[in-house]
Amino acid sequence: MRVAESVNAALHDALGDDPALYLLGEDVLDPYGGAFKVTRGLSTRFPGQVLTTPLSESGIVGVAAGLALAGDRAIVEIMFSDFVTLAFDQIVNFAAKSVSMYGRPVPMPMVVRCPTGGGRGYGPTHSQSLQKHLVGVPGLALYEMSPFDDHRDLFATMLGREEPCVLFEDKILYTRQMFTGGTIDGLFRYDRVGEITRVGVGVGVGDPTGCDVALIAPGGMVHRALAAMRSLLLEQEISCLLLVPRRLYPFDGDAVRDLLGGVRAVVVAEDGSGGGTWGAEVAHQLHQRMWGQLRRPVTLVHAADSVVPSAAHLEHAVLVQDTDLRQALEETFLG
Amino acid sequence: MTLSVSASGHAVREDLLTDDAGLLLVIRHFESKLLDLFDRGLLNGTTHTCLGQEHVPVALAPLLTEADFVFSNHRGHGHYLALRRDPAGLLAEITGREGAVCGGVGGSQHLLNGRYLSTGVQGQSLPVAVGTALHLARSEPGAVAVAFVGDGTWGEGSVYEALNMACLWRLPLLVVTENNGIAQSTPTSMELAGTIAGRAAAFGAAHHLTGTADVAGLRAEAAPLLAAVRAGAGPHVLEVDVHRLGPHSKGDDTRPAEELRRAAEHDWYAPLAAARPDLDERARRFVDDIAEEVLSRPLSGWRP
Repeated sequence: MRVAESVNAALHDALGDDPALYLLGEDVLDPYGGAFKVTRGLSTRFPGQVLTTPLSESGIVGVAAGLALAGDRAIVEIMFSDFVTLAFDQIVNFAAKSVSMYGRPVPMPMVVRCPTGGGRGYGPTHSQSLQKHLVGVPGLALYEMSPFDDHRDLFATMLGREEPCVLFEDKILYTRQMFTGGTIDGLFRYDRVGEITRVGVGVGVGDPTGCDVALIAPGGMVHRALAAMRSLLLEQEISCLLLVPRRLYPFDGDAVRDLLGGVRAVVVAEDGSGGGTWGAEVAHQLHQRMWGQLRRPVTLVHAADSVVPSAAHLEHAVLVQDTDLRQALEETFLG
Repeated sequence: MTLSVSASGHAVREDLLTDDAGLLLVIRHFESKLLDLFDRGLLNGTTHTCLGQEHVPVALAPLLTEADFVFSNHRGHGHYLALRRDPAGLLAEITGREGAVCGGVGGSQHLLNGRYLSTGVQGQSLPVAVGTALHLARSEPGAVAVAFVGDGTWGEGSVYEALNMACLWRLPLLVVTENNGIAQSTPTSMELAGTIAGRAAAFGAAHHLTGTADVAGLRAEAAPLLAAVRAGAGPHVLEVDVHRLGPHSKGDDTRPAEELRRAAEHDWYAPLAAARPDLDERARRFVDDIAEEVLSRPLSGWRP
């Protein structure tokens, strides 16, 4: 099953389970089924719960907040995550604040889905990874889709938080296959501990914490991470533990520290542009907890401090590649 | 609605809050009290009083029910007092005392009480109101969402995104525009092209303009609009020309004296106080008593 089909199936289940759940977005109706086909079939099956909307990202998110306020639940699709900036006020100044600014908890069960990231040549305003701009907002949780996740459980978890959540969905993943059964290939296995998927040679069959180096990365980076880990292992016999937290913020530093065990070299990678990154928050949390254990400070890998160009060769140079990850892991381990 | 100020031993004077004239006077004295407390250094932060605009919520309040969502704005004390009759809770909120309606977290412009909610960002509430109206249309037909906005709010893009969706989906939304002719310090004529009526018409929303400051008259004009919205006629815009008598917040009124004098000519207060001096005095003392009692309370408790 492809990742887009997994998310689509999860949305089918969520809307079927909960008649008070709405899905809103631009071009989400059949037969089009959304720009990335993630909402395919939903409007046919749940015509009363799926609303196609005008091009009004701010307005749509506000409507979702109103539904949540009135006791319903809502999932909004932002066609390209780049456009979530248009809804910044509704997310940051209304939905997230409403959770606590009225002096008592106000449930705001809503999810803003954001197809994210580059690699498809869409250019500077359709290729960004804007996670870092929403990090650190009180009352707002950030999640990222991965090819490991149980997406039905993911939506239930986000709506169950009763605070607004933004879900980043790396567009590159939509057409990739879901991993199943705990096995990636002959080399790597994976399992999930709480909100974190861990991937490595020994995961599920032995002690994953005996690895030489660890890589912490969101779901969109998984395939590049696997390629880097594979070449590092086969060519240099350096073993890497990959941790993929599905919840990016609030970041659970304790849980990650526990899974890192005795690892003394850590890299954090993301697709966002350099400067004020999510990885810097992760590194800070790990430094607070593991400073004496780490051989050197956590290494940050991110896209260049740049717009994302359209031309393939230029985009390639700006975004994080598997070779960048391998180099960072190698240098961090070898010091 | 009930009210208790019994902690200080003062009698509860609910009749003031159930009578139009009493309510008008309570709101007026409440707002004047706030400015007075500011001048004496007893209030933290800022506030926006509704001096001169009290009659709008007083007229509308009996037309609304607990099932209706009401969205207020930065200038919302009158809305809250008319709809929730809770001056002690509001003053405790503004002064961060025990019994505050939102623990002192929200303050003057972020209130939540049942389905009454205010936010401090212009235009932000309208799409949210549309969301609640969508819920009401589907799940609680007959109930409405009412959003109070000012003339300045019509500069925000959210207003148009919201009106578009509300009209497309024929939702039970009433947008009450208190047009006081000035946005903070800028005259409406310098920031609003065309008219609010024209803008409403562009979306196919019904629009009604009135300038009456008479509570009963305004109520009579608003009642059929609300009835139509409840019956499924789609969004309506009620535009009420009002006169802001006081500053935007505190001490920031740059209007010339002549203009302030003209605004004051429309004030309902002097004739009412002259006609009913006893009621005016009771309202003043009622607010004085509440202020004294609330300010004697311990500070509100809240943890993030």
